Amino acid sequence: MSVQAAEHPALAVHAAPGPGVIHPAWVRVTHWINALAMLMMIGSGWQIYDASPLFGFTFPHQIALGNWLAGALLWHFAAMWLLVINGIVYVTLGIVSGRFRRKLFPVYPREVLHDLFAALRGHLSHDDLSMYNAVQKLLYLGILAIGVVIVLSGLSIWKPVQFHLLTSFFGGYNTARYVHFAAMTAIVAFLVVHVLLAVLVPKTLRAMILGR
Amino acid sequence: MSGPNKTKPGVDKALLIKDAAKLLPEPSRRFFMRGAASLGALAMLSGCEIIDGDASENVLRVISEFNDGAQALLFNPNTLAPEYPESMITRPFPFNAYYSEDDAPDVDGDKWQLEIGGRVDNKKPWTLAELNKLPQVSQITRHVCVEGWSAIGSWQGVRLSDFLKLIGADTRSKYVWFQCAEGYSNTIDMPTALHPQTQLTLQFDHKTLPRAYGFPVKIRIPTKLGFKNPKYVTAMWVQNNDAGGYWENQGYNWFSGL
Repeated sequence: MSVQAAEHPALAVHAAPGPGVIHPAWVRVTHWINALAMLMMIGSGWQIYDASPLFGFTFPHQIALGNWLAGALLWHFAAMWLLVINGIVYVTLGIVSGRFRRKLFPVYPREVLHDLFAALRGHLSHDDLSMYNAVQKLLYLGILAIGVVIVLSGLSIWKPVQFHLLTSFFGGYNTARYVHFAAMTAIVAFLVVHVLLAVLVPKTLRAMILGR
Repeated sequence: MSGPNKTKPGVDKALLIKDAAKLLPEPSRRFFMRGAASLGALAMLSGCEIIDGDASENVLRVISEFNDGAQALLFNPNTLAPEYPESMITRPFPFNAYYSEDDAPDVDGDKWQLEIGGRVDNKKPWTLAELNKLPQVSQITRHVCVEGWSAIGSWQGVRLSDFLKLIGADTRSKYVWFQCAEGYSNTIDMPTALHPQTQLTLQFDHKTLPRAYGFPVKIRIPTKLGFKNPKYVTAMWVQNNDAGGYWENQGYNWFSGL
């Protein structure tokens, strides 16, 4: 990989990206593929949920994907490949390049509280987008963990016989369905905050598209 | 995403969009109008049909076939479905079909015969009394519906792999196809047919299989989704061509393994 990276500067996974680059190309590409895959998984997941709701509500047909149960299942089990393959590439590069270590660690509870209050009072600085504040660090680490939970709980619903040990880890087939739903809810909540903040600080959106 | 287009009488959508766009600053307005025009053109083509229509479903079905292969690889013939104590049996165990319970096939057990066909040495049909005399096995396993709900049931009958050996089936064949009294049908892969828990079921909870659960014969496959567990079975064929199935032909995943 390092040899290839040297031959293709555009795809290079340097320990530190070039000057002014906030998000290297691999981060931006995997980010937007993930966004697409997530929307497909969530939309089709809502349609699948509606076939046998866990709670006293269903998702409106208009915002669900797949038209009917079989269609939604086709979407869900197609988009899963995109989500998982892209996720593996992202996490591997995040670890290998040192980006996770540099950007997300360390995260101290005191800093999280400090930055959270500063953010709520609108006093948080966004001058240097290459540095994450403590709340961002915690949220990004949290959503990575939720990503692992939603994939593993999904696998335990999909294959409760072949992966029965995983399914029992999540408390059995029925409980795994609730875990999968809870993880979806957490991701949607993250998505709302994430998109809202990107709109409030538009240069973050620019950085995720253009890299700087 | 597929609801009918809702239009208010007397409202020109094009004018409405133009008016809304005037509220935007100039560069955004141009971008918005261009975007709206492209979206409009797409919508005229086929609206939400692009996402929800047959065209996308056809592409997705190719991936679904790829998933059949992936699931066949994941299928371990030695991995058993978890079994549960009697206290965990779901009571009443749900009736489920695409018709109501009153419309379920009412098979005459005295006249019924299991027809055998395809790549089998002995194609003699089997009566219910003859099947009941064969060695029986029992399981308490979870039935998982494609809709997401599940229920734990208790099934007794003949191990299908034993029965296939008994009738001299060529187990190198690729598929086993089941025909049912109401016209339902199902094709399963041979490795699943030979799985130790795949059962030619004659009883539910140690009593003659009730009409609601598929009298006189159901094929119980705890390694497959519920719709791959045919009820009211009238014929079994061992063959090399995939004859599909009632739900599979409509777009549900063929392998549907658990």
